[in-house]
Amino acid sequence: MGLAIFYVLAALALASALMVVSRKNAVTSAVYLVLTMTAIAGLFVQLGSVFIAALQIIVYAGAIMVLFLFVIMMLNLKSDEFGFDSRVFRRLFAAALGVILLIQLVMTAARFPSPPGRPADMSVGDIGAISRKLFYDYLYPFEIVGVLLLAAIIGAMVMARRRSEGQEEE
Amino acid sequence: MAPLGHYLVLSAMLFAIGVWGVLRNRNALIIFMSVELMLNAVNISLMAFSSYLSDYSGQVFIFLVMAVAAAEVAVGLAIIVSIFRAKDTVNVDDVSVMKW
Repeated sequence: MGLAIFYVLAALALASALMVVSRKNAVTSAVYLVLTMTAIAGLFVQLGSVFIAALQIIVYAGAIMVLFLFVIMMLNLKSDEFGFDSRVFRRLFAAALGVILLIQLVMTAARFPSPPGRPADMSVGDIGAISRKLFYDYLYPFEIVGVLLLAAIIGAMVMARRRSEGQEEE
Repeated sequence: MAPLGHYLVLSAMLFAIGVWGVLRNRNALIIFMSVELMLNAVNISLMAFSSYLSDYSGQVFIFLVMAVAAAEVAVGLAIIVSIFRAKDTVNVDDVSVMKW
């Protein structure tokens, strides 16, 4: 049963990921990316952490994708302006590089000895345990991420700001 | 539960699809989405290791990856918006020069 659910969610994630990279219209890609994120959240639930699954939905499928859709809407692009690289050599190169990377990653994954899996009575979804790990063992990374987010807010505001008339570009 | 290898192979496949998307697309927005796809692929393997090794560190890393992804998207989209204001396009082939 668990295996069947895994295969359904994995197939959904892979199919929608392929749609993300193969559509020309950015809005279509964005909606398929939401589907991918949701399927991945399902996998997180199956792996035993409802907390991370909820974060995945809220942060990725919610906040980040809304940001993407807002920017797509703001830019108001014509979808047929793009298309993929017309040079056949480049497209073949991209596909070949992807396949080589996939083979390398799968070979590496296959070499990793499979652990027996956690015992059924042991949970990894305990939010208390996650927060103890986060606020004791990884306190400094957590603080640094806070500073990073602050820097990102300021950076985004500075870069997206419309230059006023009197302020000449350098 | 599916064996650990299944999750790792799924993660590898999603990552490779993301790389392919970055190399293949010319639309800066779709390239960004492919980068998000790669970050998510890594999250899957972190979560799988966390679950199979009964170690919460993987989930803390996912938390940090999500924060970095959010920061990256905010700054990246701001860059795309300002490129669009300057050049009226988000095609990466048209913005291949550093200075013009």
